Amino acid sequence: MNIHEFQGKQILKSFGVGIQEGITADTPEAAVEAAKQLQAQTGTEWFVVKAQIHAGGRGKGGGVKLAKSIEDVKTISGNILGMTLVTPQTGPQGRFVHKVLIAQDVYYPGPNPTKEFYMSVLLDRSSGRNIIMYSTEGGMDIEEVAATHPDKIFKETVDPAVGLQGFQARRIAFNLGCSGEAFKSMVKFVTALYKAYDGTDSSMFEINPVLKTSDDKIIAVDAKVNLDDNALYRHPDYEAMRDLNEEDELEIEAKKHNLNYIRLEGNVGCMVNGAGLAMATMDMIKLAGGEPANFLDVGGTANAVTVEAGFRIILADPNVKAILVNIFGGIVRCDRVANGIVEAYKNLGNVNVPIIVRLQGTNAEEAKKIITDSGLKVFSATLLSEAADLVKKVL
Amino acid sequence: MSVLVNKDSKVIVQGFTGKEGTFHAEQMIAYGTKVVGGITPGKGGSLHLDLPVFNTVEDAVIKTGADVSIIFVPPAFAADAIMEAANAGIKLIVCITEGIPVADMVNVKEYLKGTGSRLIGPNCPGVITAEQCKVGIMPGFVFKKGRIGIVSKSGTLTYEAADQVAKVGLGVTTAIGIGGDPIIGTTTREAVQLLMEDEETDAIVMIGEIGGGMEAEAARWIKEFGTKPVIGFIAGQTAPAGRRMGHAGAIVGGADDTAAAKMRIMSECGIHVVASPADIGITVAKVMSVVA
Repeated sequence: MNIHEFQGKQILKSFGVGIQEGITADTPEAAVEAAKQLQAQTGTEWFVVKAQIHAGGRGKGGGVKLAKSIEDVKTISGNILGMTLVTPQTGPQGRFVHKVLIAQDVYYPGPNPTKEFYMSVLLDRSSGRNIIMYSTEGGMDIEEVAATHPDKIFKETVDPAVGLQGFQARRIAFNLGCSGEAFKSMVKFVTALYKAYDGTDSSMFEINPVLKTSDDKIIAVDAKVNLDDNALYRHPDYEAMRDLNEEDELEIEAKKHNLNYIRLEGNVGCMVNGAGLAMATMDMIKLAGGEPANFLDVGGTANAVTVEAGFRIILADPNVKAILVNIFGGIVRCDRVANGIVEAYKNLGNVNVPIIVRLQGTNAEEAKKIITDSGLKVFSATLLSEAADLVKKVL
Repeated sequence: MSVLVNKDSKVIVQGFTGKEGTFHAEQMIAYGTKVVGGITPGKGGSLHLDLPVFNTVEDAVIKTGADVSIIFVPPAFAADAIMEAANAGIKLIVCITEGIPVADMVNVKEYLKGTGSRLIGPNCPGVITAEQCKVGIMPGFVFKKGRIGIVSKSGTLTYEAADQVAKVGLGVTTAIGIGGDPIIGTTTREAVQLLMEDEETDAIVMIGEIGGGMEAEAARWIKEFGTKPVIGFIAGQTAPAGRRMGHAGAIVGGADDTAAAKMRIMSECGIHVVASPADIGITVAKVMSVVA
């Protein structure tokens, strides 16, 4: 589950990780109040207004601006709130901004120069262990650093039996070139950050940039926190951080029916049992000359109720010009699935896109007969190759 | 010989008396699998499906001599169940459970090191040796006996492959569903290696998906050590980056874990890569006729 920057920072702070302080607002007036309060708390003279959406690259899209006065905060918040922010990660349709974070200016002048770093904590799938990945090249796109300066990216692997050790935190601080007070702050920062990752059952932390301030504090200026959905049952308070504004309406609707649905841009909808077969079916649609409109895994029990819900969700997408149902009936019998499809089709009433139904497995022949005899405008197939040919035909 | 399981495997079911455990235990018994009992803590001493129920895996191993366990317990308790099976000396642990927290699996992976237990899964359909032994949730009738081994991250795509293999007149030795989670017990490379070393297997179908580097690792191993033809397919050529496609592990993170990158590496390593999932069966038939 993705959460907002301000929520991620709240979590980090609760584990003792230094952060750039801030207060959220959803109107320009509230933003002014937030700025005043923040000034009283931190003494900051300038502010940073940051759009809160679940996508990176906000600065590039104009969603992060410096405000040099409270008056500026009002104007800038007014511009950013309610804008549709387009960043390299949002896609061309962009995201509506409901909330801004009014944050303290952390690049204030002081005795030493400021310095930005990159740091993330994530699972290394090949070793099955968590790693801390970090770089002296902070504030930029890490993929770019990986491509141009792979020697500037370091990794520290954590042994699950003992957790992150002191020598590892020190190695990170030394490799980042920290000394004196900044060194101590960095060791503390890294230690607290890993504790937060471990304690929240997260699947990824990305802090970019981590900042050494001019007075040698180490703080998280941004926080991308991704929580492991499978572990949310252990953290009901984090579950409450879910922001439905950031999720697709159809995807929310699908979740209510226990369907695993992801909306895509194409013209052929599909409904499949099993995630791997669903992806394979999308690939087949593409090879047949179409573009998949969605990923939809109906799971192990494809009955009339789930099939009908699936059809409704697919048909709610106006781009859909055809639907391919691909069910491999193993434990679920195909004739039952076929009856479910016929029933769902009748309940839906007016379906005006062609539907191709491919049922294979137990009682596949009976199922084909049920579909053919139903008199509905449904094309039936048993082999995957036949289904692919039918997709070509209807497009 | 087949691999991992055969007609002599003695199988216990963890989460035996639950709905899933009961249903699939019945199905496995009907297939001919030698199910010797099950575990439900607190129900030890009773009978279920005419088989003994034990409180602990250790008890079950002592009383039945079981060497294989299949796990159906809910996600919150599954990591514990895997470690209990390993602690009791079970040689092959098949974990069907979907939705185990990744943090739990990091600990499981560490715990299993040096125990001598092999884990298949989690979040997998299990293992089947055609017409001998099914330790999983797959529809058994799809798997006709033959000489093709299957390794796959996905359940229904495994059935699809087995069905296509049967439709071209061939059959399956053992199909291994390794699972679609970010951390799994047996990797693609390890499963491929088992089938490479199996005398009864003539060719291998290797089915992967987006996310992670296991297929590339397996491909490089095959290039160096492979002795049999491998037919490969990667699901998710059309999947967008950054979205988790059903399986927790099926997400494109970097440039190397896209379907295109994996297919390219597999081709370079001599694997017969098919672009369409509809072509798995005919490609196996072609490759086998060339070999024969």
